[in-house]
Amino acid sequence: MDSVAQRLSAVGAGAALELRGVTRLFGALAALTDVTITVRPGERRAVLGSNGAGKTTLFNCITGDFPPSSGTIRFFGEDVTHFPPYERIRRGLRRTYQISALFPGLTVQDNVYLACRGVSRGRFSFLRPGQNDALMHAADNLVQAVHLSAVKDQRVSELAHGQQRQLEIALALAGAPRFVLFDEPAAGLSPTERAELIEILTSLPAHIGYIIIEHDMDVALRVVESVTMMHNGRIFKEGLPQEIQSDPEVQELYLGGGHE
Amino acid sequence: MSLAHDAQLAVGRATKAQRPARTWPEINNPTAWAVAAILLVMPLIASGFFLIEIFATTLILGTMALSLMFLAGYGGMVSLMQLTIAGFSAYMVAVFGVSGNANISLGWPWWLAVPMALALATAFGTLGGALAVRTEGIYTIMITLAIGAAFYYFTNQNWAIFNGHTGINNVATPHFWGVNWRADIPFYYVVLAVAALCYFAVEYLSRAPFGLALQGVRDNPRRMAALGFNVNAHRVAAYAFASFVAALAGVLQVWNYRQISPGSVSVGACIDVLIIAVVGGITRPIGPFIGALIFVLLRTFALDFLVRLGLDGNRFRLLIGVGFLAIVFWSSDGVIGLWQRWRQHQRREVSHSGGGRGHG
Repeated sequence: MDSVAQRLSAVGAGAALELRGVTRLFGALAALTDVTITVRPGERRAVLGSNGAGKTTLFNCITGDFPPSSGTIRFFGEDVTHFPPYERIRRGLRRTYQISALFPGLTVQDNVYLACRGVSRGRFSFLRPGQNDALMHAADNLVQAVHLSAVKDQRVSELAHGQQRQLEIALALAGAPRFVLFDEPAAGLSPTERAELIEILTSLPAHIGYIIIEHDMDVALRVVESVTMMHNGRIFKEGLPQEIQSDPEVQELYLGGGHE
Repeated sequence: MSLAHDAQLAVGRATKAQRPARTWPEINNPTAWAVAAILLVMPLIASGFFLIEIFATTLILGTMALSLMFLAGYGGMVSLMQLTIAGFSAYMVAVFGVSGNANISLGWPWWLAVPMALALATAFGTLGGALAVRTEGIYTIMITLAIGAAFYYFTNQNWAIFNGHTGINNVATPHFWGVNWRADIPFYYVVLAVAALCYFAVEYLSRAPFGLALQGVRDNPRRMAALGFNVNAHRVAAYAFASFVAALAGVLQVWNYRQISPGSVSVGACIDVLIIAVVGGITRPIGPFIGALIFVLLRTFALDFLVRLGLDGNRFRLLIGVGFLAIVFWSSDGVIGLWQRWRQHQRREVSHSGGGRGHG
């Protein structure tokens, strides 16, 4: 079993997510350099930074889409650094993608059903779900929660952009998520859809923490309690939303000398 | 169970009532019933030649192509080794069972030789699949084609088990309950039963968690991993299932011809299976059977037709090739795609008697 030291650090940590010295290289390019972050269970945090700051790479390392080149990642105390993505997901980690990553050939209902099935047993089941299948009900409720009931039997390829973004969120909330990574969920949404998104995020049960990458400060700062600012693959600043917003260095980087 | 529980509401009831039953295939399709009825009474209307050379052969080739349709249509994996798996299964029936080559065949009764052949061929296909799933797209095609080519040359050169280029002849076929199951009419029903079983199994599986997940893997493997699925394990399982279907077709094939030789597992024959599936359409399990019927009809009658036109009869492949090009060009989902578009067009014409102008 685990060594005493490992067990002690697991007990001592109590963090939902703990990254230590995470570095990710693409060839000679360091997309992430020595990133250390600790997020409490239930904490809601924004990651800000200009394009190329390493935000999405950070997510890819946490979920295992790209494993880190060095450093360790702990999820609720367990070292998941070398776990394949699906093992992390089964432990309660979830993510959404900046560019919707859905199943265009399947219906909305089937997309959500797959998400529910992925984190439960019977992934290889040869038997069709019956009328009273618990996961079908869970999928129905999830479809309803993101306001897609009217289009649930349509193929995803026929959906409007805003609806696809909502489905993207539904897929990440299937089963019993403990921590969610939202990658620019508001991208391309109308003001009304943004309001709906904020409502969905703020109405999540308190035990579900998340990290959100969001360029729209109005959205980001309304749904988080802490902010991490990244620049060139490093952590640049951490703090409360107000501190970050009024920080002269951040303003310089984000508004003044920014790339956008 | 986060949002699922917190969020809402009285939805469950209303949606449950409307949802179409997912448990069984649709049974209110008159065309399907008509086809089923015709297939069942076929021995009354068709001669022995048509029964076996056309319809039984179509069903056997269709079942092989069905295994490719399952992998390619639902899983996005184009495997060119489906015929090789069927051929391996056919060889195993000949090797374990009774044949004219007494020094090779072990002489087991068919009810032992067939399960053995199915098990070995499924294992063979699963192993090949485990190699192929590490790659995507064109590399999957290359690896599976390489397996097919290697098997073809191996059977040509191995005399101890595969009897080299002569192959194994006079393979025994089952006789029991006083019936010769290779006689035209019983054999036709055996083939029809196996093909129907495979067809309905694929149809049923497409809406079961395993089949849905496979379609998810086809559309977006990375997202499937981010939903908790082990993508490669799913792909290998799909190869195992498809291999079993192909192996069943292989048993029927060796009983049909009563012999098996390297010519039956050549690279050209591997590609024929791809052509059959693509011409028929790989989006639905009926496609491979339609493709197989077109292929068998062309192969059987194009020769006479071409000779009558004063051309070389061996050019029937030219016709198939031109047909293949035309299908790929105008309808990426094969003949069933053309049919579906024609039907939609008809419906539009009926609803607005003006003019539906949507074409291909």
